[in-house]
Amino acid sequence: MSTSGRQRVAAPPAARPGGAPRSTTSRAAVVVGLLLLLALAALASLMWGARDVAAGDVWRALVSPVDGDNDHFVVRHERVPRTLIALVGGAALGASGALMQGITRNPIADPGLLGINSGASLGVISAITWLGVGTVQGYLWFAFLGAAVTAVVVYGAASLGWEGVTPVKLALVGAAFTATATSLITVILLADRNTLDEFRFWQVGSLSNRTYTFFEATMPFVAPFVAVGLVLAIASGRTLNALAMGDDVARSLGQDVVRGRLLVVVAVVLLCGSAVALVGPIAFVGLAVPHLARVLVGPDYRWIIALSILVGPALLLVADVIGRVIVPGELEAGLVVAVIGAPVLLAVVRRSKEVAA
Amino acid sequence: MSTPMATPSLSERLDVAHLGLRTARRLRRRRYAVVTSALTAAVLALTFAALTAGPGDFTVAEVLQAIFSADPGRADFTVNEVRLPRFLLGVLVGIAFALAGALFQSVLRNPLASPDIVGVSQGASAGAVAALLGAGVTGVPVSLAALGGGLAVGVVLYAVAWRGGLTGHRFVLAGIGVAYVCAAVVGYLLTRSDVDQAQTALQWLAGSLSQNTWPLVSVLAVALLMLVPLVALVARPLQTLTLGDDQAAGLGARPELSRFAVIALGVALASVATAAAGPVAFVAFVSAPVARRMLGDGRLALLPAALVGVVMVVGADLVAQFLLPADLRVPTGVVTGVVGGPYLIWLLATGRRRAES
Repeated sequence: MSTSGRQRVAAPPAARPGGAPRSTTSRAAVVVGLLLLLALAALASLMWGARDVAAGDVWRALVSPVDGDNDHFVVRHERVPRTLIALVGGAALGASGALMQGITRNPIADPGLLGINSGASLGVISAITWLGVGTVQGYLWFAFLGAAVTAVVVYGAASLGWEGVTPVKLALVGAAFTATATSLITVILLADRNTLDEFRFWQVGSLSNRTYTFFEATMPFVAPFVAVGLVLAIASGRTLNALAMGDDVARSLGQDVVRGRLLVVVAVVLLCGSAVALVGPIAFVGLAVPHLARVLVGPDYRWIIALSILVGPALLLVADVIGRVIVPGELEAGLVVAVIGAPVLLAVVRRSKEVAA
Repeated sequence: MSTPMATPSLSERLDVAHLGLRTARRLRRRRYAVVTSALTAAVLALTFAALTAGPGDFTVAEVLQAIFSADPGRADFTVNEVRLPRFLLGVLVGIAFALAGALFQSVLRNPLASPDIVGVSQGASAGAVAALLGAGVTGVPVSLAALGGGLAVGVVLYAVAWRGGLTGHRFVLAGIGVAYVCAAVVGYLLTRSDVDQAQTALQWLAGSLSQNTWPLVSVLAVALLMLVPLVALVARPLQTLTLGDDQAAGLGARPELSRFAVIALGVALASVATAAAGPVAFVAFVSAPVARRMLGDGRLALLPAALVGVVMVVGADLVAQFLLPADLRVPTGVVTGVVGGPYLIWLLATGRRRAES
């Protein structure tokens, strides 16, 4: 355990004294509160934007739409798909962040860290440059392909060598891959102005243009992946709790460490690839959300994952709505998430009493 | 019937242990000497290459004459105004990034916590891109803005992470949060500007040695002349700190003060280097782990790390200048990423010992 002994362990052993509720009742209360918040955010997302629609009209648009009514059209063809995509993408980002922090035992891990985001970006950029792909739907497949190839390469490289996959090796290989991919992306962008013009907008992460057409083209494909990924994520809670105490302890508790870790990586690829395909590389959600969840429910990964699945979409939706109403035109959700999420993260960080060790 | 082995006396056992320790220490010292000399030889070879390679076909004698003689001869301009400042800039930037990375990773006890991950580079980038795209300036003001951005991030992180003492955990997390905000600022500026200007900014963001003027080199040299001796001063307390706060305090060190000094130095080194050459990818992140893996133990290896940094930057710059097609105009930082990433992965995949990273 010399490798992981040096870095800070993210969860159970470093339980914070006081603060997070421990009883199931209070945790359930947190969940109910979050569900309410999520519902409110979704309603706001349906109502507000370039054109405000009253709550009653939203309701009528959903249950008894009138053809030719502009408000109803906006709600059904733009707001509903956009909201659903934010929900699915946010859940995927939040869960994959929690999984990443658990599997690397590193509190600063996020979905960007395994190189998956940059791999997906490299896929998208190759598609734009060499295949002339120019639609958001088109990006999807290549984002997925890039994410999957990256995961295989990173996990494969990390499993070579003497000790097999360790959290530190996984994190370092991921970071090394990210640097390589980013550099390759820079080469392509510097040589090709048109690609840069397309890519810079995709890269900040946005929910604009996620209309019904996009929804129809992507969701049937992405939803099953996200569903499988979320099921795997929820099932991994116990494994991550054991892994947090170190491989040796986990093994002595009867965990199959190798298989557990592999399943988590599969879940990360499914979730991360889907999220990047749907909303672009918004890694910040994956970083901040698990920390928020940890404050709310304590160090148990089963609860952290469950809560991340709720907090992720809430954060993304709120950011998207703010981005829509704060300036004429629109501010990309990926930018707003960082700006409103960072102070929350900093507050959480300041509150944490974790002993430096 | 063999005689049972006599139990060795205490003094015999002590002798054996002593011998073992001495042998191990001798082997370690020899390995350190071998690695350091090999790296020094590599730096010398690169010096030779950097000063003699390139257009003009000057002989070694002419190059030496240009540098040392009172009558510089026909190679004067090429060597003294182009190659020498560029080479020196590479050396200084390599040293600064490598030391900054080594300091951060050791004091924060996280192999991922290099300045290009915890926000210093992103702060400098945001400053520089704001100057380039927001204010429309080039040259020295950009460097100053970068310096200001990096140092500002350092101050913010202190304000957030300090709570009657500084814990590495809080610092790193806060750093990542700030890094995302800065990245969002860069993303915003890139999407709201003209494509051509965005490409210029991207060139800067990749990091390159093309701003190789003597004033810049001398300013950077003066900064390092002040900072590097301080690094040498904190090296011993830092080595003690890696034992853990309690042991360090027991040995008479003052953990908080040392940590403050080390992080401040790391921020300063990373900021000046980024101001001079842009955030050259990966040098800060990878130099110390590479040096440590060459040495095969987990000690703080500042000198070898600095040499690795020099080899990386100068070598990458030579590759970018002479081995790649000139019309690509690949910045140095792209080469460090493309070469450094796979090299670290290779090291990790083939590593045999449990070197702490």
